[in-house]
Amino acid sequence: MLHFSPWKTAAIGALCLLGVIFALPNVLPQSVLNSYPSWFPARTIVLGLDLQGGSQLLLEVDGEALRKSRAVGLQEEARRVMREARIGTTGIDLNGMTVAVTLRDPSDLAKAQERLRTLAQPIGASAFAPGTGQLDLEVGQRNANVATATLTDQGLQARVRQAVDQSLEVIRRRVDQLGTVEPSIQRQGADRVLVQVPGLADPQRLKDILGQTAKLEFRLVDPNFPIGQPPSGPLPAGSELMYEGAKDDNPGIPVVVERRVIVSGEDLTDAQPGFDQNNRQPIVSFKFNTRGAQAFAQVTRENVGRPFAIVLDDKVISAPRINEPITGGSGQISGNFTVESANDLAVLLRAGALPAPLNVVEERTVGPGLGQDSITAGTRATWVAAIFVIVFMFATYGVFGFFANIALIVHVVFIFALMSLLGATLTLPGIAGIVLTIGTAVDSNVLIYERIREEFRAGRTMVSAIESGFKHAFAVIVDSNSTMAIAALILFLLGSGPVRGFAVVFLLGILTTVITAVTMTRLMIALWYRRTRPTTMPF
Amino acid sequence: MRLIRLFPDDSKFRFVRWRVLSFPFSAFITVTTVVLFLTVGLNFGIDFTGGTLMEMQAKSGQADLSSVRSAAHSFEAGEVEVQEFGQGGQVSVRFRTQPGGQAAQDALVQKARSTFQNDYEIRRVETVGPRVSGELVQSGTLGVVLSIVSVLVYLWFRFEFNLALGAVIGTLHDIVLTVGFFLITREEFNMTSIAAILTIVGYSLNETVVVFDRTRELLRKYKNIPTEELLDLSINSTMSRTVMTATTTALSLLALVLFGGQAIQGFANVMLFGVLICTYSAIFVSTPMLIYLGVKTSARAAADAKAEAEAKAAESKPAQVRA
Repeated sequence: MLHFSPWKTAAIGALCLLGVIFALPNVLPQSVLNSYPSWFPARTIVLGLDLQGGSQLLLEVDGEALRKSRAVGLQEEARRVMREARIGTTGIDLNGMTVAVTLRDPSDLAKAQERLRTLAQPIGASAFAPGTGQLDLEVGQRNANVATATLTDQGLQARVRQAVDQSLEVIRRRVDQLGTVEPSIQRQGADRVLVQVPGLADPQRLKDILGQTAKLEFRLVDPNFPIGQPPSGPLPAGSELMYEGAKDDNPGIPVVVERRVIVSGEDLTDAQPGFDQNNRQPIVSFKFNTRGAQAFAQVTRENVGRPFAIVLDDKVISAPRINEPITGGSGQISGNFTVESANDLAVLLRAGALPAPLNVVEERTVGPGLGQDSITAGTRATWVAAIFVIVFMFATYGVFGFFANIALIVHVVFIFALMSLLGATLTLPGIAGIVLTIGTAVDSNVLIYERIREEFRAGRTMVSAIESGFKHAFAVIVDSNSTMAIAALILFLLGSGPVRGFAVVFLLGILTTVITAVTMTRLMIALWYRRTRPTTMPF
Repeated sequence: MRLIRLFPDDSKFRFVRWRVLSFPFSAFITVTTVVLFLTVGLNFGIDFTGGTLMEMQAKSGQADLSSVRSAAHSFEAGEVEVQEFGQGGQVSVRFRTQPGGQAAQDALVQKARSTFQNDYEIRRVETVGPRVSGELVQSGTLGVVLSIVSVLVYLWFRFEFNLALGAVIGTLHDIVLTVGFFLITREEFNMTSIAAILTIVGYSLNETVVVFDRTRELLRKYKNIPTEELLDLSINSTMSRTVMTATTTALSLLALVLFGGQAIQGFANVMLFGVLICTYSAIFVSTPMLIYLGVKTSARAAADAKAEAEAKAAESKPAQVRA
């Protein structure tokens, strides 16, 4: 038991070293980290907003509004297809999620149903998931002369999910406009988005820009200026210079587009990624509402062969060529899409008009002063707690206490190392968690030492007391830490934000304390015993 | 160097006997807490009620509470709570959820910001909507219930059901007393408080499990000593550890209370209280409870009967001598 093979000793040493290496970036200045070779771990713990200062908004996609707008859209489309098919109707009514088409002539029923079916869309079809093949619309009949189309719950739920995806993208683009450092935008639950912006002291502006709809426009490209060439000389009054595919460093391809907007984002009802039926290339199909469809049909009919630009926030997303007049209120954009970029574009096109209003359901802002104060106080408390415990352990257990203290320091180093490795967030309750585990970490050692002492007093020799102490204490260490871990795990699963940060630290702390107290102190005691061969208990 | 020894070796304290005091005491406190909970109620924070919390610090270092209060009331935003806390002129202002929805809440916050920001540094602004607060109540309650159930299952799996039940009764006792702490101190009860309660659940079980682990070991070792003696032996032999761990944990929490800063102080206070309560309940509630929940075998039942008879004989003996 007290025998440690050299490789085991080396493994423990290596583990400590790894811990130090991963924890180190947290205390090194940024200039040193920059000089690290690229393969060297330089990740640091992320500070939570409560320590960094900043704003966080929890946004909720308004599912009710989304359902309503989808239903109203369906009603409008139903009207359009009936008109196009020249089916006489006396009324097209919306009742809940059902559109009822009352026909003048009951013999048109089958034809009307046929037309309504064309409005159905596959559920969950995206470039990444081919979908279940189910449609989001059920077509039926109420009377001999009333055809109905009902939006299915499944389809609507899929739509809410999609809406959150779309919102994430819209929100990200919008938050980027704030020019803040490292904003974080995450999906949360079924219909929510968490936006965190470090350093933002007043979230009002953030809320303002997230409340606006994005400006999406379809415009013609000015035929006098070829795409990709920066214009020499002044532009005509009706045109302006934009760039396609602009990114941080890359200014993008210059495109001169007409100022006249053919159709804007408000007239877009949908856009979906898909595949061209002929050549299986990724494409994006889109749909306009009635007004958009008419305007687009007219302009494309007159401009076959010319490119038009899809402009979002004054940036050209792409400038496809009009291959044929697009009269059906829908069309597809083909180009050099990958599956992913087609999906992206579809998301962007849909994002043009926010799929549904976003409501702020929770909002937390911490000023930079408070964050800094919390860090200072937390650091001080951690040091004081460590000193209290270290002095106390040494005063109680002497040299064994010294070993436990080394294990304690390694334990704290491991927490930092693991958190850096996992990219976990340190929050104020997280700091409290570290302080708390400093107190509880030595518990395993206390259990072992007390047991050793007991065994020794019962008449065992030194070495056998140590061995049996470790052996007997192990089961209770596992049991007592497991109960703590269960509580911490539940807190992790149910908590959010800062509270979750506490749970993470506490869980990691339980894990590392078992490792350091059991393995590391045993090694130290074994080495100590081999060297000194004591016959009496040092405590 | 002489080392510290917090608890004497080979102690033979008869802890379990104290149940004649500890049980009524704990029962009384528990009932009081429940009554207080139902009549007075907890001071719920905005996590659970919804609304807006603003924390600010006077730039002059001296908060003018009455002017803050009158300004806050002038917004006509319903019930407003204004409190001073910590040192150096820190003030918290709590508004309820406004009837006009998000827009009304935003307008209120903007009004408050512009009113106070000349004289105060706005350090924290939190708004929780009614739906989120409802969910937080749900997940908080669920968390506490779930932790108790899953720990019961774990302990049942690892120990006997009786022991598991004893441990969980002790834990419930600790939760109730912790809630009592919130009721009496009027400390704000929020999501961090749930974290504190769950940590106390973990710590409480940790304390109890160590004693019960010893009970289990002794059960196998001594087949026929009376239950009370067995339990006293379990407590005595683990007592030095219990005291040590309670001390180190309390020491680090004390550091947090003294130096952790105002934002974490509430949490630290509750945890410190919890550690004391958990230690008490492990010794004086959960373990004596086993007498009634039974760790009996037939041999132990015989031993118990014998011990009882001897105790009776011992009681009557002095009387005879006096006579």
